[in-house]
Amino acid sequence: MKQLLTFIKKEFKHVFRDPKSLLLLFGLPVVQIILFGFALTNEIKDSKVVIIDYSKDASTQQLTEHFRANASFLIEENLMSHLEIEDAFKAGTIKMAIVFPAYFHRSLTREGKVQVQLITDASDPNTATSLTNFASAVIRDYQQKEQGVRSPLQIGIEVRNMYNPELLGTTNFVPGVMALVLLLICVLMTSVSIVKEKENGTMEILLVSPFNPFMVILSKVLPYLILSIVNLITILLLSVLLLDLPINGSLVLLFGVSIIFILTALSLGLLISNSTDSQQTAMLISLMGMLLPTMMFTGFLFPLENMPMPLQIVANFLPSKWYYIIVKDVMIKGLGVAAVWKETLILIAMTIVLLTISIRKFNIRLS
Amino acid sequence: MKTLIFLLQKEFKQIFRNKTLLRMIIALPVIQLVILPLAADYEIKNINISVIDHDRSGYSRQLVNKIGSSGYFVMVNYSHDFRDGMAQIESDAADVVLEIPQNFERDLIRENKQEVFLAINAINGTKASVGGGYLSRVISDFNQEIRQDWSNGARSKNEQIEVTSINRFNPQLNYQFFMVPGILAILVTMIGAYMCALNIVKEKEVGTIEQINVTPIRKHHFILGKLIPFWVIGIFVFSLGLFIVARGVYGIIPLGSVVLLYAYLSLYLVAILGVGLLVSTYSQTQQQAMSLAFFLMMIFILMSGLFTPIESMPPWARLIAQFNPVTHFIQVMRMIVMKGSALKDIIFQTLAMVAFAIFFNVWALLNYKKTS
Repeated sequence: MKQLLTFIKKEFKHVFRDPKSLLLLFGLPVVQIILFGFALTNEIKDSKVVIIDYSKDASTQQLTEHFRANASFLIEENLMSHLEIEDAFKAGTIKMAIVFPAYFHRSLTREGKVQVQLITDASDPNTATSLTNFASAVIRDYQQKEQGVRSPLQIGIEVRNMYNPELLGTTNFVPGVMALVLLLICVLMTSVSIVKEKENGTMEILLVSPFNPFMVILSKVLPYLILSIVNLITILLLSVLLLDLPINGSLVLLFGVSIIFILTALSLGLLISNSTDSQQTAMLISLMGMLLPTMMFTGFLFPLENMPMPLQIVANFLPSKWYYIIVKDVMIKGLGVAAVWKETLILIAMTIVLLTISIRKFNIRLS
Repeated sequence: MKTLIFLLQKEFKQIFRNKTLLRMIIALPVIQLVILPLAADYEIKNINISVIDHDRSGYSRQLVNKIGSSGYFVMVNYSHDFRDGMAQIESDAADVVLEIPQNFERDLIRENKQEVFLAINAINGTKASVGGGYLSRVISDFNQEIRQDWSNGARSKNEQIEVTSINRFNPQLNYQFFMVPGILAILVTMIGAYMCALNIVKEKEVGTIEQINVTPIRKHHFILGKLIPFWVIGIFVFSLGLFIVARGVYGIIPLGSVVLLYAYLSLYLVAILGVGLLVSTYSQTQQQAMSLAFFLMMIFILMSGLFTPIESMPPWARLIAQFNPVTHFIQVMRMIVMKGSALKDIIFQTLAMVAFAIFFNVWALLNYKKTS
């Protein structure tokens, strides 16, 4: 026991002796939660749209006003030719063109029919689809308002957006960024811990000493566990105080599960550290290999259910996917243990498997 | 000049000697470029809907059928207890609950007015608004239908505005065409910046940099000797991605000039290697370099418009995005590859990148000291 304590002390000294890294490890989550919490959203707004109105009559002017009132669009009126539209798309200055044909009002009232053309820059398919949908909705609303007064059989729709009445991006992105930042920092920190001693040659010394290898690993993990808990507290404080995100569920539950998640991440880092032979390789795996996949498979950027089956299976192996589900359930929906015990068990199982493999891989003899 | 050639020889030998690292430099980007774009699909489809029908009339069934056949929705539940629906939203089994009130049909005919209730799981705001939008459209189509049946022949003057849409550059709205150039840009960035930063700091940590510092090798020779190999690796990885993965797997062939694309890439690599160099001058250990590079890379990626549109960010964040070299590279990649944009379309991005390249490299050069 005394041995273990001295050992842990040594590790703490190592960590605190490097204030630069320490500053980054604490500063990183703060900056990122603030930055991404405010900046990231999938919502389409302020898209530059040009209205090409060959008619300029009462109807098209009213329609133009409706478009102007919509926050998704930044409307500009301009008579562009098709070639000019093409050039504007290529230069990236507009996202969509709306074309009202000549004699719009006359065709509408006399023939009962007129066509509006929407031309989108579909190099970004998501923006293109959304803009087409929004524009069609504006036109539909306008039409309904025009005829509405006298129509029979009206079905009204009352909508309640649960958990997020203002449809903010933060409710979705903050839990995602939490999972992302915690996982990556923990993996990064531990992934170099053992391989560093191997590379510097100090591992030899540890191994010839009477320390149990298990203790070596334990004392490596402990300082980072404490660091990560401090990070967790800062992240939660920021989300509540600055980003106005609620913690609707039990704080104790959220904390408990978060610590399990941190342990999973630390074990993953240990495994990387035990399987590699240079810091460079370890870092390359934990940075190059994990950054993008973690971002994409956690589920906060792209809906997992849209992915092809094999990739959905891949996503299951990512601890952050489960943690993201748990955080949403506990923090935002305010659910209890009954809703998240499955995900928690999965995280625990992952931790056990990862730890077992990395202890097996921990060689007592270096070549 | 001769010094530089010797230095380059040394660097390439060191890089090729470490087989594990070399394999990873090539395999990690290629594998990721093959897999990740398949995962990137924003299109909102298969929305799970739970219908609570208190009416069970002809109209309500007609509406439910119409929703089912619209193609956007998967019916997960059809019952008459609202609590069922709420439980399903909590457990994520349903995304939307539609409640049709009692006497829906009777009151609609008698009072000409009736309301249905939608509860949407809005944690993901975008998905909620798109899903809600689809459902409102289906309901208003249904409304139109029954209205026509009801007035039957005595149709009032029916004015129709038809909407036709043309999707330029990507008529099938294939999301992969959009993601592949962006992800390739990020992978090249990571390889360049990380490898460059780690490589220099490793010499510091191991102590070999001292040996170089006591030789008459000039500062700029040493730095060029470090930059050029990773510049070459960057170009190589990019070509692998563009000609083998993008073309072979996804069938993406740049619409614009490949020469222009490579010219911009060359410029971009100088800028991003400058970032790597800068990181290395501020770090003493590989661990520090890595933490710093990680920090920057997260911001570079998430603020680049790769995943979420820059126009949607608040003004201050849009400004930060403009100071992110990755933003410009991804924009240019997408413009040249998908739209065939020419040099005149990317003048602004080119000037910005020249500025970045000068800024980062000069800063790094000033901060690099031969004596410690």
